[in-house]
This record gives sequence, C-alpha cells and structure tokens, in this order.
Amino acid sequence: MTDTPLLDARGVAKSYGAVKALTGARLTVARGEIVALMGANGAGKSTFVKILTGAVRPDTGIITIAGRSARMGSPAQARRAGLVPVYQEPSLIPDLDVAANLRLCDTPVAAFVGWVADLGITGLRLTDLIADLPLATLRILDLARALASDPDVLLLDEMTAALPTDLVENVLRVVRARADLGMGVIYVSHRFTEISALCDRATVLRDGRTVGDLRIEPGVEDRAVELMLGEKIALGAREGAAISARTGTPRLAIRNLAAAPKLADVSFDLHAGEVLGVVALEGQGQDELFDVLAGFRKSTAGTLEIDGQPARFAHPSEAIAAGLTYVPGNRADALMAGRSVRENIALPFSARPRNWGPIKRKMERARTDDAIARLQIDTRAQGEVQRLSGGNQQKVTIGRWLATGVQTLLLFDPTRGIDVRTKRQIYPLVRELAEQGAAVLFYTSELAEVRLACDRAIVIFNGRVVDIIDAARADEPTLMRAAYGLTAAKGAA
Amino acid sequence: MTALIRKHAWVIGLAVLLALLLALTKLIQPNFGAPGLESLARSALPFAFATAAMAVVVIVGGIDLSVASMMAVCAVTAAVLMERMAGVPALMIVLAVGLAMGLVNGALIVLTRVPDIVVTLAMLFVWEGMALLILSSPGGSVAPWLSGATRGPFLIDGLPMALVIMALAIAIVWLPIRRSKLGLAIYATGSDPLAAFRSGVAVDRTKIIAYGICGLFCAMGGLSLAALTGIGEPVPGPYLMASVAAVVLGGVVLGGGKGGLLGSIIAVFILRIIRTILTLMAIDPNVTTIVEGVIMVGVVMLGTALTLRGARR
Repeated sequence: MTDTPLLDARGVAKSYGAVKALTGARLTVARGEIVALMGANGAGKSTFVKILTGAVRPDTGIITIAGRSARMGSPAQARRAGLVPVYQEPSLIPDLDVAANLRLCDTPVAAFVGWVADLGITGLRLTDLIADLPLATLRILDLARALASDPDVLLLDEMTAALPTDLVENVLRVVRARADLGMGVIYVSHRFTEISALCDRATVLRDGRTVGDLRIEPGVEDRAVELMLGEKIALGAREGAAISARTGTPRLAIRNLAAAPKLADVSFDLHAGEVLGVVALEGQGQDELFDVLAGFRKSTAGTLEIDGQPARFAHPSEAIAAGLTYVPGNRADALMAGRSVRENIALPFSARPRNWGPIKRKMERARTDDAIARLQIDTRAQGEVQRLSGGNQQKVTIGRWLATGVQTLLLFDPTRGIDVRTKRQIYPLVRELAEQGAAVLFYTSELAEVRLACDRAIVIFNGRVVDIIDAARADEPTLMRAAYGLTAAKGAA
Repeated sequence: MTALIRKHAWVIGLAVLLALLLALTKLIQPNFGAPGLESLARSALPFAFATAAMAVVVIVGGIDLSVASMMAVCAVTAAVLMERMAGVPALMIVLAVGLAMGLVNGALIVLTRVPDIVVTLAMLFVWEGMALLILSSPGGSVAPWLSGATRGPFLIDGLPMALVIMALAIAIVWLPIRRSKLGLAIYATGSDPLAAFRSGVAVDRTKIIAYGICGLFCAMGGLSLAALTGIGEPVPGPYLMASVAAVVLGGVVLGGGKGGLLGSIIAVFILRIIRTILTLMAIDPNVTTIVEGVIMVGVVMLGTALTLRGARR
C-alpha cells in the first residue's frame, strides 16, 4: 500500500474541438506529500485542474485515488472519491449563510469551526451571510470547509492569491501539518517562495504534457523555468528595434497606483511613441491596472497624470475623452457581434455624444475603408463580425482606433488565441501606431511578444512593479524569472 | 432576535403593509367582515398557487412563462375526469399531470441549454393548445365536495376555509423541501450555479425538480380554478403576469437565490386587497391597473433602498 501513490493520474488528455488543451498529463501524489503543479500560461494547467476536480471529463486517462480507480464525472463524485478542491474563486453560495453552506457539502460543523480558528479567523458566526464576508475570509472558509471533510487529497488552486501575508503563513502552516498526518496535497501556484517553503516536489506542464518532476531544492527555480519554457519556436524578430526617445512630459505618469483587490503599488511612465510591455502571471494585478486606466474601476490609492495633468476617471467615456483607448483581450467585450465590420469600426466616431445626429456617411466610409485596407481584414464575411475568424475580429477591435486616430492605446493581451500569421500582422501595426505618436501599453501573456512589439517592459508581481526590462535583454527566461518574482538573481541574461 | 428580524425584514414589512391595508378596507367599508375575508381568500386562491409555482422556479434562477397554461390544462383535466370517475383518484391524476408538465419544462431547459424564458414561452403555447384539445369550450364538472371545500369558515368564524387549504397545500409541499438538502440545493443553484456545482450540487437535477414542483403547484392552482367555477376553462387566466408581480413584490429576486414563498403569498393578498380597496373607492378600473403598477414599483424601490441602507450600516 505504501508503494502505490495516493493519487495517480496518467495519460490524461482533453481536446476542445480542434484545440488540444491536454495531450498527456501525469501527476502522482504520495501520502503526506505536497506536490506543486506548475506551468506557464496556456500549458494546460487549468484544464488539468478541472479534470482532477471533476468539473470537466477527460477524453482519455486514468485517475486512481488510494488505489481505487476514481470516476470524476462531477465535483460531487470527485469529493466522494476523496479529492477536495479549493478553487481560485470562492465556491461558497453568496445568498446562503455559513451553516447552510456547510450543510450543502455535509461538512461536519465542529471540525470546520476548529479549522477556521486554526487558520486565524476570529469572530465568525455561522449565521453570517456569505455575501457579507470579505474575500480573504471566504478563501479561508473554503479551505476550512475542505479540510473539515477530511480529504485524502487536497487540491489548492492559487489559494494564496489575494490573501494578506499573515493568513498566507497560517495556510502554509496548517496545510503542512495536515500533510504530515498523511494527507496528499496538490498545490497550484505561481509563487516560487511559497512552493519552495511548502512543497516536496514540483510537476511541470508544458503544451499540455507533463514534462518533468523536480525535487524542491536550492536552485530548482532555474530548472523549473527551463522546463516551463522548453524550446519555444521563435515568432521572428523585429527589425530595427528603435528605442524611442523617452524625454519630455510622459503621456501617462502613474505613481503608486493601487486598486482592490490585487493591484498594490505600481508606478511607471509611458511616453508618446513608446510601446511599453506589461509582463505578469495571471492575477498579479494587471487586470485592475487596465481597468483603472480604462475607467472601469476606481483606484484606491495613487495618482495618474496625463500629459502632466492629474486625471481620475469615473466612467469609461472620460478615459476615452482623455485619449485612453482600451482594447480588451476578450474580443466579445469590445465588438457588437451581430453588426457589420464597418459599423464596428465606425462606432467610436458616433459613440461620442457631441457627434450625435446624422452620421457623416462619406467621411465614415473613407475612414473605415482605409482601416480595413491597412489591417488587411478579410472582408468576405463583413456583414457580421461574429462570422470573422478570431484574428480578423481582433484586427477590427484595434482597427477601429486606427481609424479614429489614437493617443494612448491600452492593449490587454491582444493576441490571445489567434494564429501566428495574424499575430505577425498585429505587431507591426502596434509599432506603426507608436511611430505615429501613440503611446501603447501592451500586456501580453506570451513572453516572446515583448521583444517583437515593445521597447521595454514592466514586470508586475503580486501587485507591484518588480522590474523594468529593455527589449534588448527581454528574452523569455529573463522575463519568466522576473514574472515569478525571482529578481534576486538578476543579470543572468 | 434582532438578527431574525433583519433576516425576515421584508416578510415582516409585507405583513405590516397587509394589516394596514386590511384596516384601511375596514375603514372605507365598515361592514367588511368574515364574508369579505372569505371572498378575498377565495379569489386569491388560484393566484396564490400560481405565485408559489413561479416563486420556486425564480428562486432556482429561472422563470416559467407557462404557469397559466399549465393551470388551464389541470383545470380542464380535473373537470373532464371528475365527470367520469371518483374525485380522489382524479385529483391524484391531475396532480401527477401538473408535476409531469413541470418536469418536461425543466428537462427541456436543462437538456437543450435554451434559456428558461424561451423554452417556457414556447411551452406556454404548447400547454395552451393541449388544454383546448382536452376541452374546446368551458365545460365538464367538478366533484361537489371539491367545490364545497373552498367555501365557508374553518372552525372559527373569520378564518376562511380557502385560506386554510392554501396554507396547508403549500406548506405540505414546500416545508419538507425547504428543510431538506433539496431546498438548500434550490437556493444554492439560484444564487450561484457555478459555486453550487463546485460544492457538489447536482445543478441540472435540482433545476428539473424545481420546475416539477412548479408544475405541482400549477396543478393545485388548476384544481382551485375548477373548484371555484365548478367547470373547466381551457383558456388561461391572467395568472402569469400576476404571479411574476407577486413574486417580485414578495421579495424573491429575479435572478434567483433570494426570497421565499411566504412573502410572495402575502404579496398576493396585498395585490388582491389593493384591487378591492380601489373598487370600494369606486375608482375607474382602468386607473386601478395604473395604481397597482405604481404601487408595485414603489414598494420594491422603497424596499431595495431600505435593504441597501441596512447593508451599508
């Protein structure tokens, strides 16, 4: 019995249509072992987690828990099989009180109360409504509920994101103590410091496959970064990476900006004619940063200056009026799917109240035609944007601002999920916009893009800027190390 | 104690409002008494069942536009069956028919992944047609004991039989569910389907069952219609919009997860008695509907404002 691992998942594969999310994932956890599950963005980590927790059924693969073959058809079945997850987002029911949430999972109340106290939450009443509790408390309650059900295997998915330091310490201490009593733990995290403090082993995923198992020992960070990157196919280098002059008043000056819950303290300058990359792992505060700049969300601290003038946005229209243009990563957020390419490109003309009234058809047509031609948008299906390919849709979301004439462009992962050919058309477009005098903030989840499109990049970790890297030395290992908060060993590249 | 009051603030508020309105009625019409209460309770009977039906599906996060049609199917089924067979088995069959129709609605929504509002809109027409197939014009007859059951007082004068039947029928179905894990699952699914799924709730099954309960309440509504009129009426009555109105006024949040049946039933009586008061005051019936609408918006707005202020404190 001691030889068989507590959890054994092998040959796990899953495709969504033509997209192979997982091709051969493998993970074993022994009794009392804490295993970190690592992988860069898009490595298949989240799909693997969904399969392990029963939220998604795999196409192939065998999962056994404590020697029994486990059928993970639903989260309820996964629970019965002995694997209990704590998700990135709280999975407590907002409109029920704490006690009802416990009953829903048949969680023993006494054990739950014990764990809550052990994890350092005081003053909790079982009659408290979940919707009234702060986020950090909910994460702890989620963990306490999972622990109280006495699982064989505990899966923690980015458990410590958005937790204050003292609670993180409590979590690590309690999880370690519980593992020492024989529980197996899968620890999904981006944070090397926590992984090296807590875990015994790390399993690394890349391109949908398990590519290695690493003992946690000094220097393991470099091995892990290597494994996560693998041999990436180069996307082609940018020619003449001219570093634009960074003089005069910056277009955008951000000082000590913070926004709940994840953006803690960010400062940087963005000049006209510059493309500034933003590099961060998922959920390090970049969403909040872009939301504040686009006027979707108000900052909680810090200042924002545009061309030397202090600014604060109460509504997206104010950000647009100040020349800040946001292109979301999710194309569905930006486009009117059922309307034509032309209308979508023309929207910013008419979206400004002062332009209400009859639309100047001729001018609109001239400008949209120009944008379509320059973007090489495939117009065969231009009647409805939703019938275009993802890449062409993304070109429309950028193209509408090209037609308007853009001052400051906020690109949030503009190349997510589009093909390499279209990506290659988008980088020169971004450069061209910058050369015309636009200031571009460019968040990307694909590290290789920094060299291709940016002049330099800021790296955000845990809500703070931890590094600023010039494009010249922004190779993937350097960026990856910085993104994981490993700035101590700077200068490796 | 204060926590209990806060938790049920909406229901208590509605009860107070109802008491005030009853007092107002007595003031306008000094001879308003036991007979007035009885006719109020009797007229509210089908509305109450329709509202209970609607409340359950709204709590689970859906909506059922076919409640009035299902009630019509059940009413004509009852009238046709009771002409030919004993009352009690016929009653059981009608309840089963209602349950089955509800389950069909729920299963269609879950299996096709088409939005609730679209599926039940389509089923509104399907059930309406079924009712007309069963009985093309008002007819049939109802067991005399069923018609008699809604009349008169229960034990003491001033406690209408119709009210007792309503309370019993709804309590017998809903209370055991509300106290069980199924009830919890219904609220959980309506509140946050993803979190419920992750907590191990069988979300799809819960949804189908909730629609089944809705159908069961519709059957009761249909039976009460047949009992009140003595015959079966195949054309659906004005119960769809009235039930949505009562549910909203009753504190059930459209979107799911919040509220309960008690508040919704009290809201039915509030809406009925407002109508009575306006009639007593000899106000133009066309103005009556405007007043009803304004009161509804007003009460919900006021309630939301009060709840928000309470939450901020």
